[in-house]
Amino acid sequence: METTSLESGLALDLYRKMLLIRGFEDRVQSLFLRGEVYGTTHLYSGQEAVAVGFASVLRDGDRVACTYRGHGHLLAMGTDPEGLLAELLGRETGVNGGRAGSMNIVDPEHGVLGCYGIVGGSIAAATGAALSLRGGDSVAVAYFGDGATNQAYFFECLNFAKVLALPVVFVCENNGYGEYTPFEAVTPGGIVPRAAAMELRTTQVDGMDLRAVRAAAAQVVERVRSGDGPEFVEVRTYRFVGHSRSDPGKYRPEGELDQWRERDPLTVAASLLRGELGVAAEEVERVESEVAAELDRVETAALAAPFPQPVAVPEFNE
Amino acid sequence: MSELLEIGMPKLSDSMEEATVLAWLKQAGDRVKRGEPLVEVETDKATVVYEAEADGVLEELVVAEGETVRLGAPIARLRVAEGATRAAAPARATSPAGEDGGIELREAIRQALDEELEHDERVIFFGEDVAIAGGVFAVTPGLQEKYGPARVFDTPISELAMSGAAYGAAITGLRPVLEIMFGDFLALSMDMLINQATKYWFLTGGRHSCPLVIRSVVGAGGRFGAIHSQMPVSWLMGITGLKLVGPATPADAKGLLKAAIRDENPVIFFEHKRLYSLKGEVGGDVLELGKAKVVREGKDVTLVSAMKGVHDCLAAAEKLAPDGVDAEVIDLRTLRPLDTETVLASLAKTNRIAVVEEGPLTGGWAGEVLALVTEHGLGDLDDAWRITTPNSPIPYSPPLEDAFLPDAERIAGDVLARR
Repeated sequence: METTSLESGLALDLYRKMLLIRGFEDRVQSLFLRGEVYGTTHLYSGQEAVAVGFASVLRDGDRVACTYRGHGHLLAMGTDPEGLLAELLGRETGVNGGRAGSMNIVDPEHGVLGCYGIVGGSIAAATGAALSLRGGDSVAVAYFGDGATNQAYFFECLNFAKVLALPVVFVCENNGYGEYTPFEAVTPGGIVPRAAAMELRTTQVDGMDLRAVRAAAAQVVERVRSGDGPEFVEVRTYRFVGHSRSDPGKYRPEGELDQWRERDPLTVAASLLRGELGVAAEEVERVESEVAAELDRVETAALAAPFPQPVAVPEFNE
Repeated sequence: MSELLEIGMPKLSDSMEEATVLAWLKQAGDRVKRGEPLVEVETDKATVVYEAEADGVLEELVVAEGETVRLGAPIARLRVAEGATRAAAPARATSPAGEDGGIELREAIRQALDEELEHDERVIFFGEDVAIAGGVFAVTPGLQEKYGPARVFDTPISELAMSGAAYGAAITGLRPVLEIMFGDFLALSMDMLINQATKYWFLTGGRHSCPLVIRSVVGAGGRFGAIHSQMPVSWLMGITGLKLVGPATPADAKGLLKAAIRDENPVIFFEHKRLYSLKGEVGGDVLELGKAKVVREGKDVTLVSAMKGVHDCLAAAEKLAPDGVDAEVIDLRTLRPLDTETVLASLAKTNRIAVVEEGPLTGGWAGEVLALVTEHGLGDLDDAWRITTPNSPIPYSPPLEDAFLPDAERIAGDVLARR
């Protein structure tokens, strides 16, 4: 079993990953505004502790299914940041050769089944992967938002997984809004009771606190790994940006964003490091500057990569 | 004097030995139409309704309700109406084994599943009521007993979850075969199929496949009404990366299903409900997807069809022969990808082509066949047309449904009228 404790070395590594995700998303935003990222893109800023906390208790052979807000999930699982950025830039060196773009990335080499552009698709993908994993000691993790709990996928797959006792962890990242709509307005009865009604064991956790997410994830994943059937986790988090690049998030009540920013998962993790874990401020700053330097390198390399050549793609794998 | 047909206790699988008459749905003296439910039969695996093989009068009930008899034993006698065609007749048209030879198409499907589950332990099979009950059409009895509940299992009625699970399993090392009970229910399972399964090979740059098969029962003629009788081929025809297979004979059903399960691409395998009781000899070969078959050679007109339509075309060809029209009949077998070569080669010989599709006129695969022959065979073309169902829902009442569907009369009549 993965230890649920968080010693300073590991905490610093996880903080590095969260910084990488935040810095990556900041660069995606600015590249988007410069016309280098096309179509649309959905940023993970504010939710970093969720993907990083869960990934920290997963191991080789586990599989995750991500949402269209998937850059954070991918980076947390080990997807190469340069390949990921190149994919968003539509370049040949992208993780899917420029065929996928932001919403549709698949990276099986890092245990990522895919990012699902249809709300709730990740729930089914992880459920199916769990059919393959049955009888072993690996788990499948489905990430999805609060909005997905109104999709048929949620009800059908949680039930399906429970009936077949599949090793799948359903992780609802409740960031408060399904697109532009507050989840309270469209989710009568709340989220957890829905999973509980199907007799899944449920856990609620503060998604802004890396240590809390990791501790909850470790316990849940361990039980599911041991063959006890699927479980459900609601992680309360917040996105610091709009739904997509075209959404300024004006529907949010005044002051709400500032309130959540006080509990920025990066700030929470940094105070844990410097306070309770006794990591020197210079050490934390060193990690911050290393990540910034890495992202400089990633951005330069991805922007220098060639665009793919149009080629005829065969329809079938023969 | 009209023929007296002995109705035997139907054999639904190799593992069965006897069955019980649960209820007679018709009584002695009743007039029955071919395809009408006759008797409800219970086996240790399933309860099935057996239908009349021909129009006629039910002369005698040999076995009473509640009685158990061995398979094949006579349970009733039917006085066949003058000139009536029997349901089994098309089998004889394509099966050289003759009247009593071979196995039913439903058993051919079961054998293919059995052999592929045996051949490759990555193959799993699941669906609604397929495992313990053996399928509502009694196609899959005994498979769970043989391969265990980890590989053959029942699921909740959740088509979206089922197709999603098939996709998730297929991209993580299994080769799932999913039964969607009626093709009409495919509407509920489309998202994962359209938006994920068929894109996976492309997105991974050809490095990873999504090998899944969805078997589904389709077609009209069973008095199931507008929402259990559709032919969903045209719904799916425009999806790149999805193979569409529809066999017309037990041999093809077995060989093509084995091929579908071994294929690296997502495949939808259509099973026409009116063909389940069709008998024919089968082998153990894995056939090739994407290959049409000339099932009757001729020189005057090419009739192209699939599934039950093939038998209607063969019957039409027999009707046309006395009028001096020698029809060639092509069974497409796979609707995507279409075997253009076989169709064009036939057209070069006959110069006239009719495509018979059980499905609405607009947007169907018959139009696609005609587009291909126009693009690639215009010089050979003297006439080309479609024979399909109307652009309206499938009616329930027997005379309405019979009139709705293309049949041998209409096909032969069309050919003569356009000569």
